[in-house]
Amino acid sequence: MDRDSGIERCGGSGRIIGRLGVFKMGRTLLDKVWEAHAVRELPNGQTQLFIGLHLVHEVTSPQAFQMLRERGLNVRYPDRTFATVDHIIPTDGAERPFADGMAEQMFVAIEDNLAGTGIPFFTRSGGRQGIVHVIGPELGLTQPGMTIACGDSHTSTHGAFGSIAFGIGTSQVRDVLATQTMAVGKPRCRRITVDGKLAAGVYAKDVILAIIGKLGVQGGAGYAYEYAGEVFDGMTMDERMTVCNMSIEGGARVGYVNPDATTYAYIAGREYAPAGNDLVKAGAWWGAMASDENAVYDDETALEGDLIPPMVTWGINPGQVVGVDSRIPSPADVHGPERQSIQEALDHMQLRAGGSITGIPIDVAFVGSCTNSRISDLREAARIVEGRRVPKKIKALAVPGSQRVKAEAEAEGLHEIFRSAGFEWREAGCSMCLAMNPDKLVSDQVCASSSNRNFKGRQGSPFGRTLLMSPAMVAAAAVAGEVVDVRSMIPVSG
Amino acid sequence: MTKEGIICSVTGTGIPVRGNDIDTDRIIPARYLREITFENLGPHAFEDDRKQLDGRHPFDDQRFSGGRVLVVNRNFGSGSSREHAPQALMRHGISAIVGESFAEIFLGNCTVIGIPCLTLPSELVESLQSLVEEAPETELSIDVSTGAISTGQATYQAEIPESIQQAFTTGAWDALATLLEADHEINDMHDGLPYFSGWKNH
Ligand code: SF4
Repeated sequence: MDRDSGIERCGGSGRIIGRLGVFKMGRTLLDKVWEAHAVRELPNGQTQLFIGLHLVHEVTSPQAFQMLRERGLNVRYPDRTFATVDHIIPTDGAERPFADGMAEQMFVAIEDNLAGTGIPFFTRSGGRQGIVHVIGPELGLTQPGMTIACGDSHTSTHGAFGSIAFGIGTSQVRDVLATQTMAVGKPRCRRITVDGKLAAGVYAKDVILAIIGKLGVQGGAGYAYEYAGEVFDGMTMDERMTVCNMSIEGGARVGYVNPDATTYAYIAGREYAPAGNDLVKAGAWWGAMASDENAVYDDETALEGDLIPPMVTWGINPGQVVGVDSRIPSPADVHGPERQSIQEALDHMQLRAGGSITGIPIDVAFVGSCTNSRISDLREAARIVEGRRVPKKIKALAVPGSQRVKAEAEAEGLHEIFRSAGFEWREAGCSMCLAMNPDKLVSDQVCASSSNRNFKGRQGSPFGRTLLMSPAMVAAAAVAGEVVDVRSMIPVSG
Repeated sequence: MTKEGIICSVTGTGIPVRGNDIDTDRIIPARYLREITFENLGPHAFEDDRKQLDGRHPFDDQRFSGGRVLVVNRNFGSGSSREHAPQALMRHGISAIVGESFAEIFLGNCTVIGIPCLTLPSELVESLQSLVEEAPETELSIDVSTGAISTGQATYQAEIPESIQQAFTTGAWDALATLLEADHEINDMHDGLPYFSGWKNH
């Protein structure tokens, strides 16, 4: 793909005042949602933005509640905040109190912090626990046109519904708890169009990895990404979530897809979704929030869907990625600081410049994380491992994103398929995505992972090596014992 | 820091940490997120990188001990939204960061806890890093309102976005007090948004 192809710059948005009066230029969903939630402009030029939905988990909230107490403040709208536990929770079915004392302490801390606030808390006993970015949509909390915040960078996931969803730090969690608002600058908007049709064996994960590979891990700084075109139009909500989830890995703080019939069909009937006549009213409002056809973007770029292969990362950030049929780059190919970055990555990954990405032996396979732990991800991975067997020396984990996903998978018998192939079937949680629970890499193990970050140390061992890929590619690597092209494992006729 | 959170300048020696795309997992490994306070994070900043470099990381280098100004390269702080990253640096003694560029959430997190981040073009960052490496005792004096970084010998003109610069020079970097002022507007917004009112008025 040509690095520069399709990039064109447009002028800023605004109004053209003509002879016939004020002619309004088209607006993006970002513009509309921003306007609908702007409480006021702050003296420093940022916006005080109202947050429609606030999601809380155990890792980034304890200090925020502490800060509230220190200032003598209460939670302003407890009915707009929802909490769960996902990061530290063991996935091996352990009962409380957890054997891991710190995990237990953090669980107690969030329980204590929530007690008496009225904030709903989704725990295992209630059957609605899961990774915060899986359960928000699943419960119907995530809806188009909303502003959403959570002390977690992958909050961008919720943009799949046409919401503007921010990952925030702990001090901002405090701000949202206390005021239901936060101070934030409005990002610019870049439309990324992917037309065409994905080949069999190519998934949403490959699309977003291809985008990050093209635009770089900092390419989105200062931007919101709007994903548009035939490929996203044709995606399920699960797939759109995978794409929006990794906007942050491309440097964009938020990413979104305009709401459409697929969005409404997903939301209708869910626990916290509007119903009956309210759903009709909501649908009209949601539709009106979508970007106008003549909306003006600060930047545009495009990729061709047909040309995207299955993608695999070879380095230590998600932009260090190649098609499964391509070669690992060499520091000699580039100049300047990029050269050092490639060398550093190759050294950590113990990979050879110019080598092929297929054939790299793996030690661990992980299907899970807020990027790829939904039912459709598990189905695709199960389809690959069915009737095959993971070599004994490989540890393979399938970790559903939520208790509901787990139940659904079990109802379909997917857990049996995973187990008979040699996978461990786990309870819902973040698990080996960041290894804050006991699921960790040891020493310099290589992990084929459906998660979102291949940073040094991310999966629990400073020397651990992570290869990011789609869940189907992880499943293929698990049974082959090495990185393989999943397209060789799926029936051609599909 | 002077009265009421106003931060107009930061002065101290430097610590150069070289490398692009240094992510938050490297600044503070995830296992230290298993804490319910930020207090104990300082000693664990860059822990895994330091282990790998076996004492040769700048945070272990005696020449830079006590440094308050971190000098970094491109896309520093990428990755997670964990405020633990700037908190660990702050508790290690860092009061300002100068670099080629910063990841957005990291930059915001630094701002709200009172760490100004300034940007310089890559050649100037390199030059500043070399200067600190060659003469670690050099005091860097940062004027937050203008972005000027003086080394005694030379002045580097760094950039700081106006909104952030203002936040520091007016003491409003901790946004909560300002946000709380809009009490009525918040109520109005709450009552007016259709999905809050249960779609009644729409
Ligand atoms: S699954 Fe991974 S990326 Fe997602 S919220 Fe959990 S730790 Fe973060």
